Amino acid sequence: MEIPATNDSALFAPPAAPSMSVARMVIEFARSDRRALVGGLLMILYILIALIGPGISPHDLNAPDLNVRMQGPSGAHWLGTDRIGRDVLTRIIAGSQVSLQVSAGAVILALFLGAPLGAIGSYVGGSVDALVQRVMEGIMAFPSLVLAMALVALAGPSVVMLWFAIAFSAVPRYARLVRSGVLTQKEREYVDAARAMGQTPLRILLRQILPNIMAPIAVQVTLDLARAISVESALSYLGLGLSVPYISWGTMIRDAQDFLEVAPWLAVFPGMALAGFILAFTLVGDALRDRMDPRLRTSLSRRMVQS
Amino acid sequence: MLIRYTALRLVQLIPMALVVTMVVFFVMMIVPGDPVMVMLGAVDGAQISREVYDAMRLRLGLDRPLIVQYFNWLWNMLQGDLGISITHRTPALEVILPRLVPTMYLMVGGLIMAVIVAVPAGVLSAIHNNTKWDHLATSFVVLGISVPTFWLALVAVLIFAVHLGWLPSIGYTKPQEDFIDFVKHVTLPMAVVALNIAATVLRFQRQDFLDQMHQDYVRTARAKGLSERLVLWKHVLRNSLITTLTVVGLQMAYLSGLITIVETVFNYPGIGYLLLNSIHTRDFVVVQGVVLFMVFLVIIVNLAVDLLYAVVDPRVHYQ
Repeated sequence: MEIPATNDSALFAPPAAPSMSVARMVIEFARSDRRALVGGLLMILYILIALIGPGISPHDLNAPDLNVRMQGPSGAHWLGTDRIGRDVLTRIIAGSQVSLQVSAGAVILALFLGAPLGAIGSYVGGSVDALVQRVMEGIMAFPSLVLAMALVALAGPSVVMLWFAIAFSAVPRYARLVRSGVLTQKEREYVDAARAMGQTPLRILLRQILPNIMAPIAVQVTLDLARAISVESALSYLGLGLSVPYISWGTMIRDAQDFLEVAPWLAVFPGMALAGFILAFTLVGDALRDRMDPRLRTSLSRRMVQS
Repeated sequence: MLIRYTALRLVQLIPMALVVTMVVFFVMMIVPGDPVMVMLGAVDGAQISREVYDAMRLRLGLDRPLIVQYFNWLWNMLQGDLGISITHRTPALEVILPRLVPTMYLMVGGLIMAVIVAVPAGVLSAIHNNTKWDHLATSFVVLGISVPTFWLALVAVLIFAVHLGWLPSIGYTKPQEDFIDFVKHVTLPMAVVALNIAATVLRFQRQDFLDQMHQDYVRTARAKGLSERLVLWKHVLRNSLITTLTVVGLQMAYLSGLITIVETVFNYPGIGYLLLNSIHTRDFVVVQGVVLFMVFLVIIVNLAVDLLYAVVDPRVHYQ
């Protein structure tokens, strides 16, 4: 890579990350931590399945086949069939698309709502910061599931509404994360240097500070993906989630509970799909967090010192 | 000093309480459609007589500015007037209060069970770090966090109610009527709540205990010649209990959601089940009331946790 020697911003740029390719970093990470390996492979599997979609299955997603109602796992139907003879595996594959779509959308939304709030609060300071902080504390007192239930019930379930309902209670986490990140980074030399060079606050925030607080944000995003899908599935189970034509694992389990005794596979397999999804993102998130900053693990007890 | 601190903390809670109530109030305001019709429970095109409509509109004070409406509403709340339930046709408070008791049994019982199991388990897995026992405990944590609650509850019903027939799968009996039956009904839901909370408590207890074991005061205690058991179970545990307390406090909000799911699976007549039913019947007066109860429970428990720090940790001083 060629860097012109006269380029000031290159001279004052923050220390670059160790020159290792992303792919090699990922492999190294997976090798050093078994959680990352297992979780990462599971994650890739889920994403691949969602991308390929239910089209790979020879069975139709929605068409009932009354000849094969409520059959247990077999060669033709690996995970059995439901009440009206639909293939459970095909429907689980379709469910993975909804799960990823809803959870990814919700987390991205929470990030894009929360991060600017935290950044503005910490950068401006004073009463703006105090106001943002109080509002975030207030939202955090709400049980995320209950809040999502109320919002969805009021506005009716749709993918976008689910994004908002699930994201709402996650917004404070990003606002606080970015706020504390900006507060610590603001005093660093490289920010002073950038300011001395006359960069605008927005540019400093986006180009200088943001890359340096990406690590904890990445951890939070991974863990929140797991949280988002567990909220989505709970909403669906409670009958407040997406309705047909969407297929959600939570709805599949809800439909299966009347047949628990005669056809347990109807509830067991979607539940396993769900648990695997949450497991994958939790494992990767935990492994990432331990790698980024081992001291983060004790951050809970740090609360005590501040109070 | 503790009294002064408590008073101070209570004053600090005021802005938070305002934010919380505002969120509840304005969420109800952004309901698509006519708020009068929503409050009357007539969302799906039901016919409402003009008098009823006008009476509700007047009651809601919808002709006044929004901020006035909010403070009126808040003032009514503070006096215990949550409005009239649309489906029950009685004051919402009268609908909610009797259902609060079964929920409290579930929450308190679940929390106690979780702490009794998770704290010693967390300590043991920290002391015997990287042994078979530790791996067992960590696997339990990972499973406890990943397995969806409603699914766990269904599996529990399948095993203990359907196959073994030991316990009833749904329902509730008041303890003063038949205590044995009460215990039978409450065991499964309570165990599901406890397992869920225990996973999180165990995780943090183990982690914090591991961190504490390498602190200077532990070395000092050992150097004084105290027995290993005394050092670990008295000195270290006392310090890491602060983490446990914090975790329990932080779990309160989560617990309300958990309760809603568990109560629904077991048809358990608490406020969580009431919340879901009210959502389905679009009885938003009750929904509002239940959400407020849940949120204030979270706030109060966290306040109590803050105050308890002083009891557990003498280093914590309050100005």
